[in-house]
Amino acid sequence: MMINKSIKTSGGDTACYILELQKISKSFGLVEANKNIDLQIEAGTIHGIIGENGAGKSTLMNILYGLHRANSGEMLVNGARVKIKSSADALSLGIGMVHQHFMLIPRFTVLENVMLGSEGGALLSKGRISTANKLKELGQTFDMEVDPYVLVSDLNVGMRQRVEILKALKGGAKILILDEPTGVLTPQEATQLFEILDKLRENGVTVLLITHKLAEIMAITDNVSIMRGGEMVGHRKTSDTNPQELAELMVGRKVLLNVEKPKAKPKEIALNVRNLGCYSSRGHKVLDNLTFQVKSGEILGVAGVSGNGQTPLMEILAGMRKPDEGYFEILGKKIDHETKVSPFTMRENAIGHIPEDRHKHGLILGFEAYENMVLGFHNTEMTGEKKLLDKNHMLKHTADRMDEYDIRPRNPKLLASSFSGGNQQKIVVARELYKNPKLLIVGEPTRGVDVGAIEFIHKQLIQLRDQGCAIILISVELDEIMGLSDRILVMNKGQEVSTVNGDDANPKDLGLMMAGISEEASN
Amino acid sequence: MSVMKPLPRWADLILLPFINLCTAFFVCGIVVYIIGENPWEALLVMLKGAFIYPGSLGYTLYYTTNFIFTGLAVATAFHAKLFNIGGEGQAYVGSLGILLATALFAPFLPAVFVVLLCIICSAMVGAAWAFIPGYLQAKRGSHVVITTIMFNFLASSLMVYLLAGPLIQLGQQSPQSDLIPESAQLASFETFLGLFGVDIASSPLNLSFVLALLALFVFWVLIWKTRLGYEIRAVGKNQDAANYAGINVPKIIIITMTISGAFAGLLAVNEVMGVQHRAILNFTAGYGFTGIAVALMGRNHPVGIFFASLLFGALFQGGAELDFEFQSITRDMVLLIQGMIILFSGALAYMFNPALSKVFSRITKNGANDD
Repeated sequence: MMINKSIKTSGGDTACYILELQKISKSFGLVEANKNIDLQIEAGTIHGIIGENGAGKSTLMNILYGLHRANSGEMLVNGARVKIKSSADALSLGIGMVHQHFMLIPRFTVLENVMLGSEGGALLSKGRISTANKLKELGQTFDMEVDPYVLVSDLNVGMRQRVEILKALKGGAKILILDEPTGVLTPQEATQLFEILDKLRENGVTVLLITHKLAEIMAITDNVSIMRGGEMVGHRKTSDTNPQELAELMVGRKVLLNVEKPKAKPKEIALNVRNLGCYSSRGHKVLDNLTFQVKSGEILGVAGVSGNGQTPLMEILAGMRKPDEGYFEILGKKIDHETKVSPFTMRENAIGHIPEDRHKHGLILGFEAYENMVLGFHNTEMTGEKKLLDKNHMLKHTADRMDEYDIRPRNPKLLASSFSGGNQQKIVVARELYKNPKLLIVGEPTRGVDVGAIEFIHKQLIQLRDQGCAIILISVELDEIMGLSDRILVMNKGQEVSTVNGDDANPKDLGLMMAGISEEASN
Repeated sequence: MSVMKPLPRWADLILLPFINLCTAFFVCGIVVYIIGENPWEALLVMLKGAFIYPGSLGYTLYYTTNFIFTGLAVATAFHAKLFNIGGEGQAYVGSLGILLATALFAPFLPAVFVVLLCIICSAMVGAAWAFIPGYLQAKRGSHVVITTIMFNFLASSLMVYLLAGPLIQLGQQSPQSDLIPESAQLASFETFLGLFGVDIASSPLNLSFVLALLALFVFWVLIWKTRLGYEIRAVGKNQDAANYAGINVPKIIIITMTISGAFAGLLAVNEVMGVQHRAILNFTAGYGFTGIAVALMGRNHPVGIFFASLLFGALFQGGAELDFEFQSITRDMVLLIQGMIILFSGALAYMFNPALSKVFSRITKNGANDD
């Protein structure tokens, strides 16, 4: 094992690997996060690492970046054995990382953020000039120019990510690790990111892309390594594999990527929206004259780049916000600006609401599972018939739901924050579907959820539809919208651009419509 | 996949505060040693002074009563993530409720009803005093920390004006109200137990101690057993989710502050009805502020609050004894001990958490099975 010390013993084979990991293991207490990981990265490629939440991808990358220390194993950069003890070590070896949650100071300008950590002397002016020049140079080489004098807080998410990448490149990164980079991006921004990654590859930068999204792996990577349960379960050339195989490797069993969907049998109108409009707190019009209908037994998908009115629309339908203009009828009940509503009365009207952001709205992470299972229904018999809360009743109710929805671990007394993303989402879904809603408002049902849970949640939605529930599905994942919806309404700047049949939809047209170009105009 | 496992509930609730407490006492012991006294002896004197000497236990429990009320006030608000600094003022004006109730009802109602009405009124006036900051927070976004502090000063000024003016006892120079009628006075434990032939040393401990225990129970039921308590905790843990669930967040903020003020107002029952039998200047003596430490140390749980109150009660009483027995130790030593306790069980509350959790994860090796 230890003989293989010299750099080029095995000829050209090792030489073309810019990065090699041998038998890396890492455990936290009793949890083995990484077991004997072997990984070889070819220089100048985009290498994807895919796996479900908790598969150990982030741990591995943190070891690579010096944030964690491996218990055992070897790391080779350019064929030479290295020890990475801190992120400074990693940077000096040319390894840069862009974290899932950005490490930028919003109140600083782009320039100030980029030069952070390499200010160069007591006075700033020198470092400022050289950083500005470097930024310009990088921007031109990689086609990602950013105004260095803008405050980061004024940039959108895509641009912020660009600043993070520039920061890493400015530090001399030759290997760039991107941890779930598209988790926060709109489809358009994601496309732009991929263009940048392409450019990086052309210029000889090696990219390590950590993700759980199959489409991204297929779209951009050269090679892919698959992790499951802390182990590497496979390495593939992207051109030799397909999403189905990758998904099976990730989950360890057969999964349905596209849920079987029988033809919808729409019945009476469940939701009738007429000329709905509303303003933001700053007085901008965020919903503009929106008119549509959803029938029982059909799924209406609402597509659009995030921030184009989907959130206020959901909030209004769920009773969290009042419409400023127009009205809507839910199961024959008319609601306009004058009507007194609250999410509670909406639930009484048989409306379920799976919110876009389960950490912000859907769950109280500091509450135990059983307390979350009654959130919003705590004034109903779900908390027992007695005057006081009936804990045993709630525990039993939760245990039953956990069985039904396969929520793991099956412990109603576990804090919501201790569940994985998929299981957290299942708690929300289980709660909102329990009362058999007549209308279900769903936002981003599978965001940050692993493949296995995605399949489960999609099946649930289809099943609910076939039982006669009207479903309005809001998602920025076009695949999800197209896979589930019977009709698709495309929104742009709070207005309806067009509505198309689910069967007729294709990503290209939808993308154009999402940008505000309607079908008639494009033809 | 997190590195640290959360502690078992009992360890978090009992063991950790106990360790913090011991650390605080240890540091104080060092100070006592530097002064030139024997720390061990000082501790013994304090313990004896708080629990053993005749009447000392009564004094300790009398202080405990006050701390329970103000501790509950802080804890209630804290469950909705509101910081009620105004216990002092709410308790202070609570006395007005008692004076009002005695003036209105004492002339014609039997003692039992007068006492009940006095208790209710003191709670109500305390509640009203906290309602305003609660309302301002909920509807106007004025931060409750700022407003409750301001309301302490308002209460103080108001009481000085009233006790030195309209409410002053006729023919008296000192700012204090008339004695309240006997029907509104609460029996001391000495008198009360005397009825059953039990003889105990004289102390200010009175029946409000029972009221405090009752308040602890009511608090427990309210926070963990009622739907209102569920909503209060939901608002405290995640306002956005509470709003999503259909909980009227501003309403809950106002209600929580009101209940919080009611608990604080009950302090006046102990002081005015049980001990002084009149409203005097500054009878709140900082109990409202110590209540913050009590709630902090008691982890906003009734059991914790009881023991924290007992501890601070014992410190107050035993500290006085220290001053008595040792030449070089003054009453200020109590302040030091209090400060250390607040430092170690408040600011540094979780200092020993990592070490302790390591110990526990080693002990409960079988308990860890993920997925």
